[in-house]
Amino acid sequence: MTALRTRSVPTATDEAGDIFLADAPPRRPSRFRRRLAVYIARLLLVVILIGGWELFVRLKIVDPFFWGQPTGIASQIRDWIEHGTVQGSLWLQVEVTLEEAVLGFLVGVLAGVVAGIALGRIRFLADVLGPFIKMANSIPRIVLGSLFIVAFGLGLSSKVLLAVVLVFFAVFFNAFQGTREVDRNLLANARILGASRWKVTTQVVLPSAFTWILASLHVSFGFALIGAIVGEFLGADKGLGLLIRTAQGTFNANGVIAGMFIMAVVALVAEGLITLLERRLLRWRPAQLTGPEL
Amino acid sequence: MTSTAGDHHARSPELARFDREPPAIELVGVTKRFATPKGGIYTALRSLDLRVEAGEFCAVVGPTGCGKSTTLTLVSGLEPASVGTVKVHGKPVTGIGDDIGFVFQNDAVFPWKTVLDNVCAGPRFRGRTRSDAQAAGRDWLRRVGLSGFEDRYPHQLSGGMRKRVALAQSLINEPRVLLMDEPFSALDVQTRSIMANELLTLWDLTRPAVVFVTHDLEEAIALADKVVVLTAGPATVKATFDVDLPRPRVVQEIRFDQRFVALYQQIWEALRDEVEIAYARSATAVQEAS
Repeated sequence: MTALRTRSVPTATDEAGDIFLADAPPRRPSRFRRRLAVYIARLLLVVILIGGWELFVRLKIVDPFFWGQPTGIASQIRDWIEHGTVQGSLWLQVEVTLEEAVLGFLVGVLAGVVAGIALGRIRFLADVLGPFIKMANSIPRIVLGSLFIVAFGLGLSSKVLLAVVLVFFAVFFNAFQGTREVDRNLLANARILGASRWKVTTQVVLPSAFTWILASLHVSFGFALIGAIVGEFLGADKGLGLLIRTAQGTFNANGVIAGMFIMAVVALVAEGLITLLERRLLRWRPAQLTGPEL
Repeated sequence: MTSTAGDHHARSPELARFDREPPAIELVGVTKRFATPKGGIYTALRSLDLRVEAGEFCAVVGPTGCGKSTTLTLVSGLEPASVGTVKVHGKPVTGIGDDIGFVFQNDAVFPWKTVLDNVCAGPRFRGRTRSDAQAAGRDWLRRVGLSGFEDRYPHQLSGGMRKRVALAQSLINEPRVLLMDEPFSALDVQTRSIMANELLTLWDLTRPAVVFVTHDLEEAIALADKVVVLTAGPATVKATFDVDLPRPRVVQEIRFDQRFVALYQQIWEALRDEVEIAYARSATAVQEAS
């Protein structure tokens, strides 16, 4: 305890007795300890949740037939990795789903940004299309999946389309709002400096709306995954969604949860990549977050 | 209504030149009305006449919210006048002119562009090549004392430095008319007088006609050749005063000059009534609201 306390004093005293800060950035043991505590608490939470689950199954309080079992899920994933699934290797399933989600995400984001900015900048377009967009947004768009499967078949395009439809609206509304909230001073300044309408759009409106657009990307990648998986549920010959559905069809709870787990890992990786992109694109912004981050 | 101070003001040869050229800015009988969100009509300016000669520094003072800034948006072409004519260099204003610079009250530099890219924005928008624009940009950054800050982002600068960026951004287009809307009002008092001084130095380089809107009478007299006092809204010109203080001026010290004090008293006489009217109005508005 004493050792810890002396180490955590960040200042030193020079010969004159004045307190000064070391030239090298001061070590912050308190900050390091805080992070360590967070990681330990996380680990503890996982151990309690999964351990408790396993324990309740073994005590026969929870029926693994309905709710699965952590060791069962682990061995299911190992089995898939080692022997492949009934539809082919596990990596192929992940690859197919990811391809659908990423394609849908890219097309949806592009379309959402373009449409959002166009409607935000051109009042006539917004007035004409406004009610249609609100109407389209209020439809439970998952249902469109059935339509796409019928029209485009079991392959890639029906899932990509479903993902696009889901992503588009999330991005569109953010891009639209971001466009309308551009600082009027900045717009006036750009116009006086000699910017054409097009240059105002690309060099003032777009970067300014980027904060909004990037915020929507986090949600939209989740939507893209939902689109791909639900599309595969509705009808497919490959993919994680089909894998989960097959497991469901054979009353294999462990298989369903194992599929979910793999999806969660994919989503986490994607989320990390988007955060990296965000940091890179919003370098110009002062660090202003003061609250906790998720 | 127009009273002119400074009878012993000797016209320099430079000022005599004004008589031949068309005025840089000419507003005749200008009225500006806005539709309010509630469906009413708000009159910001009423039959306002203003004339600023080429190379002249004109300060516009008036009580808060009287429509000073509206004058600038009309001259810049950002908004059209409801009634009357607005001319810049003898030509009626129909849109945003090439010859105009505008320094805004709030920060209007682009936060996602570096200092250098901000200063180069004007030339780039106007189709100059990147290297050409950057050369000019570095030149102007040197003039405003920001060499070495090319790659910073605006949020990394102080308020005064951001104002310098805004000044360089406007002046790089070499406007013949420079409009300034309370440009230094967000700065602290010391930075403010330093910036005012630097503005005079920079102004001297290209000598554009300036309309400088402010509510600070001291700043107005220290900077301008001519101070125009507007009435409480709807604004119209109450009086115009020539400021015959010699140039170059040192803004921080000129306020101790006898002539400055006399002018200040004279102009304040005209301004005081308007300030009181505007204040009384806002006070009743608060009472009605509560």
